[in-house]
Amino acid sequence: MIEALNITKSFHGNTVLQDVSVSFEPGQVSFIIGRSGSGKSVLTKCLVGLFEVDAGQVFFNDRNFTSMDRWQRKDVRKDVGMLFQGSALFDSLTVEQNVMFPLDMFSNYSKEEKMERVNFCLKRVNLENKNKLFPSELSGGMKKRTGIARAIAMNPKYLFCDEPNSGLDPQTSIVIDNLIKDITNEFQITTVVVSHDMNSVMEIGDKIYFIHQGKKWWTGSRSEILITDNKELNDFIFPSGFMKEIRENLRRKQF
Amino acid sequence: MRNVFSRLEQRSIYRRLIVDELDKLGLQSLGIVALLSLFMGAVVTLQTAANIDAGWIPRWTIGFTTRQTMILEFSSTIVCLILSGKVGSNVASEIGTMRITEQIDALDIMGVNSASYLILPKIVAAVLIFPFLVMISMTVGIAAGAVVGIANEAISISAFEYGIQYDFSSYDIVYTLIKTLFFAFIITTVSGYHGYYTDGGALEVGQSSTKAVVYSIVLIMIANYLLTQILLL
Repeated sequence: MIEALNITKSFHGNTVLQDVSVSFEPGQVSFIIGRSGSGKSVLTKCLVGLFEVDAGQVFFNDRNFTSMDRWQRKDVRKDVGMLFQGSALFDSLTVEQNVMFPLDMFSNYSKEEKMERVNFCLKRVNLENKNKLFPSELSGGMKKRTGIARAIAMNPKYLFCDEPNSGLDPQTSIVIDNLIKDITNEFQITTVVVSHDMNSVMEIGDKIYFIHQGKKWWTGSRSEILITDNKELNDFIFPSGFMKEIRENLRRKQF
Repeated sequence: MRNVFSRLEQRSIYRRLIVDELDKLGLQSLGIVALLSLFMGAVVTLQTAANIDAGWIPRWTIGFTTRQTMILEFSSTIVCLILSGKVGSNVASEIGTMRITEQIDALDIMGVNSASYLILPKIVAAVLIFPFLVMISMTVGIAAGAVVGIANEAISISAFEYGIQYDFSSYDIVYTLIKTLFFAFIITTVSGYHGYYTDGGALEVGQSSTKAVVYSIVLIMIANYLLTQILLL
């Protein structure tokens, strides 16, 4: 479980996050949604320690991550996997080497065991026989899947996904969404997804946090999101007249 | 800088990275270093020959001047200035691109000391390989000078040989190698720093690369003056 309490973060006097408290459960896909510039990516970077918080605390299974030094954090980070918006694969390494990288750095496995693990992860994301390709030879969806394979290589307890569907076509997005959901359930991972893709939210979101103007504006499930009267959330999810009409139809069906 | 030299993760991985960097920063620069040294040695010989028309200056001065120019300044300072352009921009743009494409964030998330992982192997490799490049530059430059001087009948082989041995002090080699070690350190740390702290997009990677080269050149020139003052006087 990940718990963040009263997170506040400013940049050059500009407050980006204000007193935000969130919690994420194992085996669930939790979404952080919000408009561009709302602070959702900053919140995620605060959770994983890429940004130091100005105030507040982050707990990974009751271990206070905020008060840890660099070497203590290293232990927690071995349990964290992250899928980046642009995949962040290492250009000079092949698919196989990218997935093997965390194993090389932090495991004491033999070469054969590492290879077995790499092949298992690649098979899990349907990238068998792509071991020797370089990132530049992969499509956007394949890069994301390689990113997921690398993220799960160390058997993480926590998985963070930053805009996993950005730049992907709707069908590939669904493949990535289902993969994230399946992996979360299969390995009972605590998964946090930052996105503004409502398709994904409605498809796999168990718990949703809406961040607006640096504050936690709304929390709920995907069924609750359709019936909420929260104006800012409604404006975010149903921005056009066409979308508002869909919402009304969905509401009518629900009740 | 403290992070770069702090506790390392897997030493075997660092050894592999250093070997890769020895190839990338050193062996891949061998061609340009040899080519420039060849022409510089030839030009210094011809210029010296053209300027010692006065009968009272012995011809072996051509060999002496070529040796001193190559050993004391060209092979260390000028070659390192050239390498600051080639290696410095390469290091800064490589690390800068990794920064803007979140590859450094990926390393940090995994718990890897990214500054050390990315910069330390380059520093070690440059410090190890640059002295060899400088020695090769000296050899190629002096040899080219001999060939060109003899081919143009500006000097005989025996006079050139006498010139390059005249008043030779092995301390000059030590001095130039010490300078090279400092220059190698400056190039890789300055470029690594600018690459690592790149913030923005492609434009900023270009700016980091330019800054890396400019700052390296300025620091090399300052260090050259200070080291010469300390080591030769």
